[in-house]
Amino acid sequence: MDFLIFKAPMLMVQASLDGILLGILFALIAYGMALQWGVMNIINIAQGDLVILGGYIAYTIYLWGIHPAWGVIISPIIMFFVGWGLYKLVINKVVDRDLFISILATFGIAIVFQQLMNFIFGADVVVAQSEYGTTMLFDNSVTLPNSKIFSAFISVLYAIALVIYMRKSKLGRAIRATAQNARAAKILGVDTEKVYAATFGINAALCGIAGALISITLTLHPYVGLPYTVRSFMIVIVAGLGNLPAVAVSGMGLGLFEEFADYILGTEFRIGAVFMLLVLILVYRRFKLSKKREYLK
Amino acid sequence: MMKQKDLILYSGLIILGLAAPFLFSAFKVQLTYLCVLIVLAMTWNLQGGEMGYNTFGNILFYGLGMYLTASVQVGMFFPLAEWTESGGEKTFVHTTAQYFQGIGVGLLVSAIIPAIIAGAIGYAILGLRGHYFAICTLGLGIAAGEIAGGIEIIGAGQGFTTPPFPAEIVDTEARGKFFYFLSFALLVGTFVFVKYIYGSRFRLILNAIRDNEDKAEAMGIQTMKYKIVGWMCSAFFCGLAGGIMGGLIGYIDSTDVAFDGREMGVFMVLMAILGGKGTLWGPVIGATLFHFFKEGLWTLILGWQYVALGVLIVVIVVYFPEGLMGWLREKYPERFGEVIDEKDRKAQVELK
Repeated sequence: MDFLIFKAPMLMVQASLDGILLGILFALIAYGMALQWGVMNIINIAQGDLVILGGYIAYTIYLWGIHPAWGVIISPIIMFFVGWGLYKLVINKVVDRDLFISILATFGIAIVFQQLMNFIFGADVVVAQSEYGTTMLFDNSVTLPNSKIFSAFISVLYAIALVIYMRKSKLGRAIRATAQNARAAKILGVDTEKVYAATFGINAALCGIAGALISITLTLHPYVGLPYTVRSFMIVIVAGLGNLPAVAVSGMGLGLFEEFADYILGTEFRIGAVFMLLVLILVYRRFKLSKKREYLK
Repeated sequence: MMKQKDLILYSGLIILGLAAPFLFSAFKVQLTYLCVLIVLAMTWNLQGGEMGYNTFGNILFYGLGMYLTASVQVGMFFPLAEWTESGGEKTFVHTTAQYFQGIGVGLLVSAIIPAIIAGAIGYAILGLRGHYFAICTLGLGIAAGEIAGGIEIIGAGQGFTTPPFPAEIVDTEARGKFFYFLSFALLVGTFVFVKYIYGSRFRLILNAIRDNEDKAEAMGIQTMKYKIVGWMCSAFFCGLAGGIMGGLIGYIDSTDVAFDGREMGVFMVLMAILGGKGTLWGPVIGATLFHFFKEGLWTLILGWQYVALGVLIVVIVVYFPEGLMGWLREKYPERFGEVIDEKDRKAQVELK
C-alpha cells in the first residue's frame, strides 16, 4: 500500500488523465458487448480475444511498414468478417439457448483464439510504435503520450458514427427492432438471422478498432484478452444495456480506478484489482437487488 | 440395502483401484491425476449439475488447498518466508516423520479453511443468479491467482517449491504409491459422500433450487442455507484435491498450477458436462474418458492441445449439452428406472 499519490497533486493529475483516456477505450469495447448482449442475449467471453486479434492485425500492417494508425480502418474491416464467420460457425447455434451454454462456448472460442495467436504472432509482448511523441503539461511534470490522445479521439469518433448509424440506417433500425422484440421483428419482415450476424460482426469490428488503438497505446500479448472481457462486462452491468453516455462514464470510472489501483497497490495487483472490483460490483448489485420486494410471478 | 449387483460392481472397482498402481506401475502419476480429476468433476457436478449454479470458481478452493497444504507443511517446522525466498528445500530438510505429520495437518487445514471461506463468501456470491454467478466466480478464480502471484510469503511470481519427499525412504516407488493411495482414498471418500447425498433429501432440495429457485423458496425451503452447505461440501473436497496435487507436482505457481483457470478450472466443467451433469456416474465416466483422451492425444498434437481443447469445449457444449449419460438416458430410459407405459405412449400418439 502506497498512499503517497495523494500528497503529490501532479501524480494525481497524471493518473486521472491516463485513466480517463484509457477508460474511453474500454467504453468502446463495452459498447460492443452491450450491443450483442442486448440484441442476441449472449455474453461473449471471447470479446477480449477479439480485441487482441484486432490489435495483432494492426501490428502486422505495422511490420509491413505501414503506419499502425491505419489499423483503425483496416482492422475493423477484417474483424467484421471474422465476427461474421464466427457467428455462422458457432454463435448461431447458441443464440436461443441457455446463457451458460453461450458463456462456455465462447470460452472455448477464446482458448482457440489465444492459442492460434500464440502460434502466429509468438508469445512475446509487442507494441506498434506510432512515433507520435508526447505532450508535456504543467511544466513537464505530467507526460501524456499523443498516441493516447489520438486513441481517445478515434474512439469517440467511431462511437458517434456508430450511434448515428444505428439511428438512421435501415440495418441499424433492424438491429434495434430485434433487440426490442425478436419475434415481432421477424413477423414484420426483419431477417433476424442476418441482423444477428451483422450485430456480431459490428461488435467484432468495434473490438478491431479498440485492438488497433491498444496496439499503439498499450501492449499486446496473446493471453491478455480475458481482462478486457471482464472490464467490458463490468462496464455493461454498471451502465446497463443500450445507455451510451452511462457506458462512457463508467468506462472512464473504471480507467480511473485502474490507474489509481496501479499507483496505490502496485502494478502486480492491477489485474487482480480489476477482477476483485468485478466481484465487488456483482455482490453490491446482488444486495441492492435483494432489497427490492419480490414476489412469485 | 445395497443390491447384490451393486455390491459386486463397487467391490470390483475398489479392488481394481487398489491393484492399479501395481498393475500399471508406470502410470501411477496419471492414475493419481485421474482420481483428482474425478473428485473435481464430481464436486463441480454438485453445483453445476444438481444445484444449477454453474461455477468457474471451484478452482479457488483447489488453489487455496494447494497453497495451504504446502504452507502448513513448511511452516510447522521451518520459517516460511526464508523457505520461499531462496529455494528453501535445499537448506531445510524435512525428516520422514516431519514430512508426513506436515502433510497430514496440511491436508486437514486445506479441507477446513476452503470450506469456511466458501461459507463466508457464499452468502454474498450465491445470491447471484445464472450468468452473473458464472462470471463472478470466473472473476474470483482469476483474482485469486493474480493476488497470490503478488504475495511475497508464498513465493509471489517465482512460485513455491513444496517439500520434497523424504530422502530417507529408499524405495523409489514409494512417492508415487503414497500420492496415489492418498488420492484414491479421497476419491472413495468423495464418491461415498456424493452417493449419500444422492439418496438424501438434500439432493431433492438442490434439484428444486435448480429447477425453480423462487418456487422452492415459496415452498418454505431456506434455499440460501442449502446453497451454502452445498458449496462448502464442494470446497472441502476441492481443497483436499488441491493439497494432494500440490504435493504430487512439487511446485506451485500462482496462475499455472494453483489457480489454473485455463486448465483445471475448465477441465472440471468440461468433464462433468461430457459425462452428463446431474448424474452420479456421469462425472466419473466423463473424467475418465477426458483423461484418456487427454493423455492419449496431448502428446500426438503437441502444441495444438489447447486448440483441440477449445474446439472440444465448443463441440461438446453446442452439440452434446446433455452429455453421455443424458444420451444413454434418452436411448435406454428403462435402464434409468424410467418406466414408459407403452399403452399410454400409444394413446398419446393416437390423440394427435
